[in-house]
Amino acid sequence: MNEVTARREVVAARGIKVTFGAVKALDGADLVIHAGECVGLVGHNGAGKSTIVNVINGGLAPHAGEVHYGGNGGQHGISAARASGVRCVFQELSLCPNLTVNENARIMHAELAGWNWRVRALALVERQLQDIFPGHGIDCDSTIDDLSIAERQMVEIAISFAGLRDKPKLVILDEPTSSLDAGLAAQLMAYIRRFVGEGGSVLLISHILGEILSTSDRIVVMKDGRVVADRAASAFSTRSLVEAMGNVVREQEWLRSTDKRGGEPVLSMPPRRGQGLAFQAHRGEMIGLAGLGGHGQTEMLLDLYLSRNSNWWPARRKEIAFVAGDRGLNGTFPLWSILKNLSIASLGELSSRSLVDRGQEGMLGDGWKKRIEIRTPDMENRILSLSGGNQQKVLFARALVTTARIVLMDDPMRGVDVGTKQEVYDILRAEAASGRTFIWYSTEMDEIRLCDRVYVFREGAIVAELAGDEISEKNVLEASFSGGEAA
Amino acid sequence: MNTARLLFSRPWIWSFAATTVVWVVTVVFTGGASSLGLSQAALTFAAFSVIVGIGQMFVITLGPGNIDLSVPATMTLSGTLALKLMDVQDSMIAVGLLLSILLGLAVGIGNYVLIKLLRIPPIIATLSMSFIIQSTAIWANRGLRIKPPDILASFTTSNLFGIPNIAIVALVLSAVAWVLLEKTIYGRWISAIGQSTFAARMTGIPVDGTRLATYVLCAVLASICGYLLASFSGGAALNMGAEYLLMSIAVVVIGGTAVAGGNSNIPGIWGASLFMFLVVSMLNTYGFGAGFRLILTGLIIIAVILVAGGRQSNR
Repeated sequence: MNEVTARREVVAARGIKVTFGAVKALDGADLVIHAGECVGLVGHNGAGKSTIVNVINGGLAPHAGEVHYGGNGGQHGISAARASGVRCVFQELSLCPNLTVNENARIMHAELAGWNWRVRALALVERQLQDIFPGHGIDCDSTIDDLSIAERQMVEIAISFAGLRDKPKLVILDEPTSSLDAGLAAQLMAYIRRFVGEGGSVLLISHILGEILSTSDRIVVMKDGRVVADRAASAFSTRSLVEAMGNVVREQEWLRSTDKRGGEPVLSMPPRRGQGLAFQAHRGEMIGLAGLGGHGQTEMLLDLYLSRNSNWWPARRKEIAFVAGDRGLNGTFPLWSILKNLSIASLGELSSRSLVDRGQEGMLGDGWKKRIEIRTPDMENRILSLSGGNQQKVLFARALVTTARIVLMDDPMRGVDVGTKQEVYDILRAEAASGRTFIWYSTEMDEIRLCDRVYVFREGAIVAELAGDEISEKNVLEASFSGGEAA
Repeated sequence: MNTARLLFSRPWIWSFAATTVVWVVTVVFTGGASSLGLSQAALTFAAFSVIVGIGQMFVITLGPGNIDLSVPATMTLSGTLALKLMDVQDSMIAVGLLLSILLGLAVGIGNYVLIKLLRIPPIIATLSMSFIIQSTAIWANRGLRIKPPDILASFTTSNLFGIPNIAIVALVLSAVAWVLLEKTIYGRWISAIGQSTFAARMTGIPVDGTRLATYVLCAVLASICGYLLASFSGGAALNMGAEYLLMSIAVVVIGGTAVAGGNSNIPGIWGASLFMFLVVSMLNTYGFGAGFRLILTGLIIIAVILVAGGRQSNR
């Protein structure tokens, strides 16, 4: 290719701002992709990678800034993006599981219409699969349900790269290798280089830095909704990439109490699926579960909780409590008042002969209303009348009211404002000092730094244990990204 | 505004208002001659619906998908077996009741075993269970019609201070159920499970234990109801439970219990049961046939669900 085509813009997003409520997902991000290049996009969770992908593929309208496809702007939306040859392979697999492979191809490629489209779709997908993953062995007549996760991902990638009349101009791959093994990933990376060499463009998002470094021409690093670095791939090394992603390490450390790892652990678990490190928690410890979101932290909390909690008999003494992060999923009881939501986990202590003592319950509610400042005129109001942050406080109180000595927290500070966070941190510190053990999954580095000890998760297993001064953003990041070995 | 809120927060008022209207209309139509008899009949027949309705209400409170369709078959089998065991002897009355309760226990456990161990959805599990129970009843009955013991028969058909004894039994059971629902930990638990099973599990509620207890409770109430109904009507018949399949669900829904679970209402069951009986007898006095009655019952249920749904979204 010559210099002129290389300069031609396929997509240009400039000065994009997107806010979700109070959260700034994108804060003036620029991303320009030229024809014939592979751009690697990296950044920590919540840096805005997925948001900018959604802006580019038209699924999300920016609140400020402009998106141009192939130089001509004005139009925006999913159909405009598709018309300009932008295709997207999502992190969450987006095939219809009840349809066959060729029927799924028909959904993506509307031009596969008319008589005999199945045969043509089948040929199209098979040719493309053979092209990207030679020797794949996928039966394209089977329904998606019957395929393994890796095969589904391969099919989705193939469908996105396939083109009947015109080839796609830009393919966005969001974590394309997350379920592919090393061999398949290498095939995909080789194909990306060929595709780029023929003049197509690829936006590659991956947490495996080795792939990014070896495949991309240019690497864009995002942090807090902004692009913080945009350089040729050759200018980066694994180390400098990690450093570019991280915060400038803030020297704001909490006074950690002395090592509490003496004596018997109050809670322990063997390595998950036989991989990685074992888990142990001791009395009075504050343990952080770190790593990228969705790498098995929540599953481990659920397992810890359910393994210590009978589904058939009421527990005589509660020994473990859980604070939900996804309130709507496993936290609040929407039909109930604030008070009932608060007291549900500790009814045993509030009742005699299994009759609930409303007077005691009310006193408990008033006490905690003052203590954690639940902003409501009346605890009998419905829980949904509270703001998200205040609902979260109620869920915290629900766990703290119990006699449980161990409290599990599933990233509970999502969507909670700074003031509330500080209030809750203070309560947690006081409770830990009095001997409670906290196991805290958090995606926020500031919270991980509050912990005495941190387990870092990757792909469902604990890959590192950090204690005391070892807990720094750099160490956590390094452990949560696999290095160059995967590609 | 406040009155409106009061009305909307107490959905059972509606069923009682409807009941009153239908009662007045029927009494006016018959010239006032039948007001006492009509009221007593309404209380008696409503009592049977109330007893099975309470059980069904507890199950429905457990949330979407939870329902017990084995109620009619359990009633039939319970009535059949109890009368057979008692064999017209007054001394066996308590033993017969005990057998009914044990039968209910067995049916409830059987239902939940199917639901839990075989992972069959409740609607199918209880329906297939009901097939087994009904077949057992046919096998046990063999066309015999055994009379209930005399004391039991006269108890179920007589009144105390003008109120039918059956209605008093149902009232006592309702009071117990109300305490269970509003005052006990168990009541909180079933409501929590109905709102969000996952959240309930994560607050330490023994979800499976609670659900099992609820299915057992429903089956036991159905058994007791079958025992009483067979005694009341002078013998067990194989189709005696049939109309209670729809009735047990209808009175729960019309009475203001949330179909989606988590919210239940005992006074409403009384209102709805009386209302359903009075509608039937009103249509009878106007001379409508059974087919039209059933159509109207269906329409009433649909209308109530529509109105109740609208009320929820207005909040």
